[in-house]
Amino acid sequence: METFNVFEKIFGLNFLSALISVILPLVFLIIYALIAILGELKISAWIQERLGPMRTGPYGILQPLAEVVKLIQKEDIVPAGANRLLFNLAPYVIFAGSFAGFAVIPFSAAFVPAEINIGLFYVFAVGAFAVIGIVMGGWASNNKYSLLGAMRSASQMISYEIPGALVILSAAVLANSLDMQKITTLQDGGFWNWFLFGGPGNWTKIWIIPFTLLLSLIYMIASLAETNRTPFDIPEGESELVAGYHTEYSGMKFAMFFFAEYSNMFIVAAILTVVFLGGWTSPFGTFMGGFWWGIFWFILKAMFIVFIQIWLRWTLPRVRVDQLMYLGWKVLLPFSLVCFIVISLYRIIY
Amino acid sequence: MIDYFKNVWTWFYTILLGMRITLKHLFAKKVTIQYPNERYPIPPIARNRLHLDPERCNGCMQCARICPVQCITVETIKVVPIDPEKPTMFDGSPRKIWVPRYDIDFAKCCFCGLCTTVCPTDAIKHTIDFEYSSYTREGLIYHFSNMTPEKIEEKKKLLAEWTIKEKALKAEKAKQDSNVSSNEVN
Amino acid sequence: MTTTKFVDIDFSKIDSDRMRLNVGPQHPSTHGVLRLEVELDGEVVTNVIPHIGYLHRCFEKIAENMNYQQVIPYIDRMDYISSMNNELPYVMAVEKLLGIKVPEKVEYIRVIMCELNRIANHQIAIATFGLDAGAFTPFLYLFRDREYILWIFEKATGGRLLFNYFWVGGLANDVYPTFKEDVLNIVKQVRKTNKEIEELLIYNKIFIDRTANVGILPADVAINYGCSGPVLRGSGVPFDLRKAEPYSIYDRFDFEIPVGKGEVGTVGDCWDRNIVRMREMEQSCRIIEQAIEQMPDTGDVQSAIPKKVRPPKGEIYFRCENPKGELGFYVVSDGKDKPYRVKGRAPSFVNLSVLPEISRGYLFADLIVILGSIDIVLGEIDR
Repeated sequence: METFNVFEKIFGLNFLSALISVILPLVFLIIYALIAILGELKISAWIQERLGPMRTGPYGILQPLAEVVKLIQKEDIVPAGANRLLFNLAPYVIFAGSFAGFAVIPFSAAFVPAEINIGLFYVFAVGAFAVIGIVMGGWASNNKYSLLGAMRSASQMISYEIPGALVILSAAVLANSLDMQKITTLQDGGFWNWFLFGGPGNWTKIWIIPFTLLLSLIYMIASLAETNRTPFDIPEGESELVAGYHTEYSGMKFAMFFFAEYSNMFIVAAILTVVFLGGWTSPFGTFMGGFWWGIFWFILKAMFIVFIQIWLRWTLPRVRVDQLMYLGWKVLLPFSLVCFIVISLYRIIY
Repeated sequence: MIDYFKNVWTWFYTILLGMRITLKHLFAKKVTIQYPNERYPIPPIARNRLHLDPERCNGCMQCARICPVQCITVETIKVVPIDPEKPTMFDGSPRKIWVPRYDIDFAKCCFCGLCTTVCPTDAIKHTIDFEYSSYTREGLIYHFSNMTPEKIEEKKKLLAEWTIKEKALKAEKAKQDSNVSSNEVN
Repeated sequence: MTTTKFVDIDFSKIDSDRMRLNVGPQHPSTHGVLRLEVELDGEVVTNVIPHIGYLHRCFEKIAENMNYQQVIPYIDRMDYISSMNNELPYVMAVEKLLGIKVPEKVEYIRVIMCELNRIANHQIAIATFGLDAGAFTPFLYLFRDREYILWIFEKATGGRLLFNYFWVGGLANDVYPTFKEDVLNIVKQVRKTNKEIEELLIYNKIFIDRTANVGILPADVAINYGCSGPVLRGSGVPFDLRKAEPYSIYDRFDFEIPVGKGEVGTVGDCWDRNIVRMREMEQSCRIIEQAIEQMPDTGDVQSAIPKKVRPPKGEIYFRCENPKGELGFYVVSDGKDKPYRVKGRAPSFVNLSVLPEISRGYLFADLIVILGSIDIVLGEIDR
């Protein structure tokens, strides 16, 4: 089988190449998280006509670093009555779940940490891992707010996996594959070939363009709910549940939760990018294409999605639990089902 | 059914409207400033830290009386006629009262401004300085009197001397008076 | 040897499904130090018991040991968000006792200041209400505007929040020369921001879904509980003391009483209470514009201040329309320079009492929204 991992090509399939393949995404994740936190701080500030952090470094760009240092220094408190084992384990479970998703994300034409042909399926499987960590943390905290947050989170995640999965299914039908790298290469050759605009094909694909647009929108909404971000941040809804499932966490463990949230944001952005925005392919055909440009395009597109997530967060109020369920089961699910049927019909006819 | 689609559409549409507004603000001019380096002007009328000009204070204690939270402590010593200094007020009139102690406890002060309005000589005034803080409660007690302890001691002694003298004088006067009256009776 | 004692317990009567949750006194959305004892059935609120008194400062007792002038700074600290409106009923009550008529200019400045403060108060109310619903950005837009109003206050009175500006018989000092232009600019700014807030928050579908049909307070219940202000008007009762029994010079202005009409839900829901505040800001703007137009330029604001405030024996209850509702002061004078008794009728206190009634059966997230829609200030509740 042909490999897309450049390190495997260089070093061969051994421990060294595997190690590099693991560490490289982790380094990327850390740098990305710092940038995303800074982005969150700065964008929220600018939207609210504030300056945001300005003291740490020029224009405050070192602020996330300072926050990490602060969190490391903080006392690690375990509340009395907490289940120590689960309490200590939960942040790492969540982080492991979100980091595992990085294994199949195609950063470029020549670099996928682990090339497996059911990449999309795998991402969904490990993405659901996070809910275990949240319920663990919420239950082990011995705090009623945490428990409420955890329960909300569990119900929320379950209901949003389904429309999200249906969107991915539709995309898989269109691409005839679950392999993320293959889906990306299919969309090569300009933005017109993106699945956002119906994918590659002749003029007949115009019929499905509204449906693919709708699908990407549905995935965007479902992913917001999956990553617990506003308007769906009810598991941690700060005005109701103080901080939800991570109320009792402090120091590095809280940082882990924080980290996992941003890493989750990137994963859903990456899936959206790969499935609908052509992954690492250049929007201008062969212009600005290639290995390095591929990384550039991929990160740019993913970061744009992350920006939209941040932008939405600072615009909208929070929905209520029952409304979230309503939206998930009664709006997103029927719409995604309709899209799925239409796209399947399209595949059968053409 | 139509209601359902309308509902979904308003969800979508109003979210877009909100996003348009926040996007507009993203590029708008920012209103906050970097505080200690730049600051907004404070109007001169603003009621912040109190300041007392001890030269102007005539020790009438009206400020201590009007203060709703009793944060002003004033002690006074009467100026005696035998004082060699012949102290004067800011406007040249003779000073009647020494103010050896004038303390304001800013931990208590509620910045209502009543003390400044009752002051007959405009000695106590609000300044526009709001950046004062302390690690201890005692550090928030400001001492405004400009008299040295030696001077206070001296003035106290003078007062004590004068009271003795005055008593003697009074007794003498009373004696004379009684003499006069007894004479009259006789 | 131990004997086993058997106790008959009817297990069906033990309420083991309910969860008791303490919300506050340290909680992000109790608007101060309020403690709510909430009984939850899953997420559904079955009972709420508000516990108050964490901010009790003995205002009424202290007032008995202060002279009439010294009480005013304490009154500022009751509802610290709308101090001007707090001072007005007390000052007018004492003026009534003394039989003082204040100059025209003082009346106009008082009305303008009160209405500006009403706007500032409603801005906070709407901002924190949005915050309770999870929207953070409108909060800061409204606070930015409130800051402009506070600057006017600071320039005119010297204080940003606690003014001690209205005195018995007059004002502490006259307003500064460019006061009128500044106020008119503020009115313009408030209207501009309100338009934006309506689009960004009030008519946002998520916000409507969160607040409409939630915490419905029927008009009769509102009246029975003695609610006042936007809470009462949100239920569709057009009762506003400024119109019902015009005090000061409110009878000279042309304005309307906005009431909740159930535009997006049921009459008396949280959204209605909020929209009443929104519309009241517009009406306040109208009053300010008219007052600025009619206000005499010259006049001594301190001419009617008595040398010594020593009302004759008697008692008076005077009430005004505070932004939060009907604020009244019951002042008893025994002829000395200190009041014999000062009692404040705090609107927040009365409005809070309706909370358990209207929040039963809603979700826990709704309880927070309902609490936010009542717009309480704990300084006033505990006094």
